[in-house]
Amino acid sequence: MAESENIVAETAERIFADLADAQTINSDKNGSWKAPLWQALTESGLPLAWVPEELGGSGASLAEGFSVLSSAGRFAVAVPLAETMLAGWLLAQAKIASPEGEMTVAPASPRDRITLNADGTLSGRARGVPFAKAAKHIAVLADDGKGNALSIALVDAASVRIEAGLGLGGDASDTVTFSKVAPITIKPAPKGFDQTALMLMGGVARSLQIAGALESMLDISVRYSNERVAFEKKISKFQAVQHNLARLAGESAAALAAATSAADAVANSTSFDDAFFLEAASAKIRCSEAAEKGAAIAHQVHGAIGFTIEHILHRYSLRALAWRDDFGSESYWAVELGKLVADRGADELWPLVASR
Amino acid sequence: MTAALRFDPIRLPPECEQLRKEVRKFLADEIAAGTFDPHQPNREDTDAPEFSRRVGERGWLGMTWPKKYGGHERSFLERYVVTEEMRVANAPTRRFFVADRQSGPVLLKYAPEHIKMDILPRICRGEVCFAIGMSEPNSGSDLFAAKTKATRTDGGFLINGTKIWTSSAHIADYMIAIFRTSPPTKENRRHGLTQFLVKMKQPGIQVNPIGQITGQFEFNEVVFTDYFVPDDHMLGEIDGAWKQATSELAYERSGPERFLETYYVLTELVRAVGPKPDTRSAEGIGRLVAQLHTMRRMSVSVAGMLQAGKEPVVEASIVKDIGTIWEQQLPHRVRDLAAFVEENAGNRETLEHQLSFAIKTAPKLTIQGGTTEVLRGIIARGLGLR
Repeated sequence: MAESENIVAETAERIFADLADAQTINSDKNGSWKAPLWQALTESGLPLAWVPEELGGSGASLAEGFSVLSSAGRFAVAVPLAETMLAGWLLAQAKIASPEGEMTVAPASPRDRITLNADGTLSGRARGVPFAKAAKHIAVLADDGKGNALSIALVDAASVRIEAGLGLGGDASDTVTFSKVAPITIKPAPKGFDQTALMLMGGVARSLQIAGALESMLDISVRYSNERVAFEKKISKFQAVQHNLARLAGESAAALAAATSAADAVANSTSFDDAFFLEAASAKIRCSEAAEKGAAIAHQVHGAIGFTIEHILHRYSLRALAWRDDFGSESYWAVELGKLVADRGADELWPLVASR
Repeated sequence: MTAALRFDPIRLPPECEQLRKEVRKFLADEIAAGTFDPHQPNREDTDAPEFSRRVGERGWLGMTWPKKYGGHERSFLERYVVTEEMRVANAPTRRFFVADRQSGPVLLKYAPEHIKMDILPRICRGEVCFAIGMSEPNSGSDLFAAKTKATRTDGGFLINGTKIWTSSAHIADYMIAIFRTSPPTKENRRHGLTQFLVKMKQPGIQVNPIGQITGQFEFNEVVFTDYFVPDDHMLGEIDGAWKQATSELAYERSGPERFLETYYVLTELVRAVGPKPDTRSAEGIGRLVAQLHTMRRMSVSVAGMLQAGKEPVVEASIVKDIGTIWEQQLPHRVRDLAAFVEENAGNRETLEHQLSFAIKTAPKLTIQGGTTEVLRGIIARGLGLR
């Protein structure tokens, strides 16, 4: 990890530790923690980390931004930081400057399409768009209706229809409808950039967040097992509990390995080739599987207390489970990866795996 | 501070890719010459001494060891590439695998100089086969319950007792074994065992083959009766084997052999479903490939830690825990997915034959080299729970 990556990650970590403490947020019934957190993040240039300085951002590297997302996952951060980062990154692909304030990305699912009409307006519907209600602007990837001639657009959130929805973790997951919406700016996407590339980038972001949440689930589960006494001893002394926690450590490690490997691949990649696809799709698949297994174990270790709204465990467990759905679920990517592997043929599978 | 373990995204350096090409070419030539059939995974019966020598000639044994002992002073990551390519090709590595992976490194660390000079170059030439003498009839996972005795005698020790489940003992030239030199103490039940180098094929050693459920006879019972071991064959500290055994584990538990043992069935499944799989097959294959890729990235990361001089015992335990469960389940998942493969798929017979063998192999994978339960105990200790 480069020195500068540490500084960006440390800045994020410090802000989260000061202003996104899980216990404080969990006890705050009116959401008064949100504004100071967003303000501190903005003052540090983190939401626009991936936007070059000439386009209004702070010009951090991909690797630096990914380390911020790992940290955001560890704190189960519930403001549109990842979404604004992704939106800024998408706009920067077409050299569109990023405005201030919260943003999100549409589409957020590989099945949804936004179309650029002949008159220059946008039409279509995007479901499961994270934090659309909270966003001032939306970064949109659109095509000509036939999957070609991709364009990237900056859209005023006030110009689209937003139906509010809630994801598993309690964060907004909205349906955004574009009915002949005129974008603020629209430019052609760079050659080779398509919706799969956007979905994979979003998937890597979510993978890092899931892996971070699993790290925290492991920490609080280990801590709890060392405090809770049953049958006259700490439950951490029971072999059955130890083995469950060992499995949670394994799932957490697998998620972190898959996510950091994919992030490293994205940060050092010049094209969206099969190897990039393998890394990013695998991360989303494996992290989502780890979320399922890991959340189940963390709750099992905590017993009834972890099932209460007062306890912080759900902040991590439900978000990790919710993040599985964004930018393509694990079953979606598994089908796509399986098709790619089958198409390359049996004897090309090992060379693909070994190329990473 | 978090309890979570980091597996940094280590990439294989460019010299590894050149090496990989050389290994693939070598294996393709061996297959073409009829040395082995990559579709026949039951290589464990096959002792291939000539193949072993040719691997040695290529410089792929003792790769990381000092040149003065016949080694090649290359990196763990280069050794990793050779290991994974051999495993994926189902190459007959039995004769040299254990010696190269763990017996050689033990000798390097603990054997006297004249023994290193004698044996290590022969390992590097692919000439000698090693076995590991750990388990006994009443001491498996509980290593420190071993009873086979080494009794002081003039110039060495007399060995009496029985080792069991000893892979390759029937073909091995040497064994590295632990024997009891003192009783355990009240304070330390692990005290009293000593590691020895044992020369096989000598009077006082009887090797009895044991049949396995796969139909193979690759492990054995080894009975010692007044077998003499000279003093200079003692490895490391007397009564102190417990201090030495753990550093081996990171080498033994994190390699590609810990998740690629049944890999061949995945290749054949992809062949059987063809270029246009249905959704069910595609999803099944996609998940398996994602899991495989993740484990390999973790395993390469551990190789990077070894290269950096660390002792990633807990990380290696995680790789083996997840990896062996995956390779154990793999033939069953492939069987599920193959259930709807066209009757006329060209490789149907090969796949069925392989599945039958892999499903019979599967139960041992989470037992050999440290059971799942033992590994989870090590991970739990790493988490500060024990």
